Amino acid sequence: MDQLNNYLYISAILFSLGTFAVMTRRNGIAVLMGVELILNAANLNFVAFSRFGGMNMDGHIFSLFVIVLAAAEAAVALAIVINIYNNLHTINVDDAAMMKE
Amino acid sequence: MPLAEIVFWLLAAFTIISASFVVLNNQLLYSAIALLFALFGVAGLYIFLWADFIAGIQLLVYIGGINVLIIFGIMLTNKISSVRLSQTNVQQGVGAVIALWLMILISLVISKTPWLQIESSEPSGTVHAIGTLLLSKYLLPFEAISLLLLGALIGAALLSREAT
Repeated sequence: MDQLNNYLYISAILFSLGTFAVMTRRNGIAVLMGVELILNAANLNFVAFSRFGGMNMDGHIFSLFVIVLAAAEAAVALAIVINIYNNLHTINVDDAAMMKE
Repeated sequence: MPLAEIVFWLLAAFTIISASFVVLNNQLLYSAIALLFALFGVAGLYIFLWADFIAGIQLLVYIGGINVLIIFGIMLTNKISSVRLSQTNVQQGVGAVIALWLMILISLVISKTPWLQIESSEPSGTVHAIGTLLLSKYLLPFEAISLLLLGALIGAALLSREAT
């Protein structure tokens, strides 16, 4: 618990789990959950470096901003997902590809 | 092994197991509940990092706000019959290889780098320092992010409104 590397390893595992969810999930909301995991991994890194860099508060401010951005992103993304569902009756991200055609 | 160490490793295992449950589970609602536990574990890790305010905000905003929003989204967009459909696409093998490779690469970087570390003592609280910083050094980003929240609010309301 007093080792910087432990936190960095936990954050690396969370990050790769999040990228796995973003790459393989079909459901739009599941992709969103993967993004939340990635943001949490980044936040954990910010706070860990802040704690082991002489309790520098700038890291805390950055992670606060990340949390605020995640909240805004979740609200807009869910509005978009519900719109896609109303128009296509599915939230499979592979099916919402009309821009490609 | 002191008690704090045991609690730390339990929290770490709890976080990682919940996060892998989020990723690997086929039922979307179970994934959302597991995400709740993963976020809770990360909040516990913040407390070990002396970040009491960030831990509280994590509980309030992530668990109380974002996770509830996600569960709302799942319930609004799932038909009962489609819950048990396969949730993963065909690229699962490739995705697993890339994610594993990414994790090994990051772990190598972490173990090879001599991180600069500065000794410090535990502060009595971080709220005062964060408040001072937000209204002095980071005043402009603070105002910008409040504008962004306003924009997101209006955007979400516009997007989810019925087309007239």
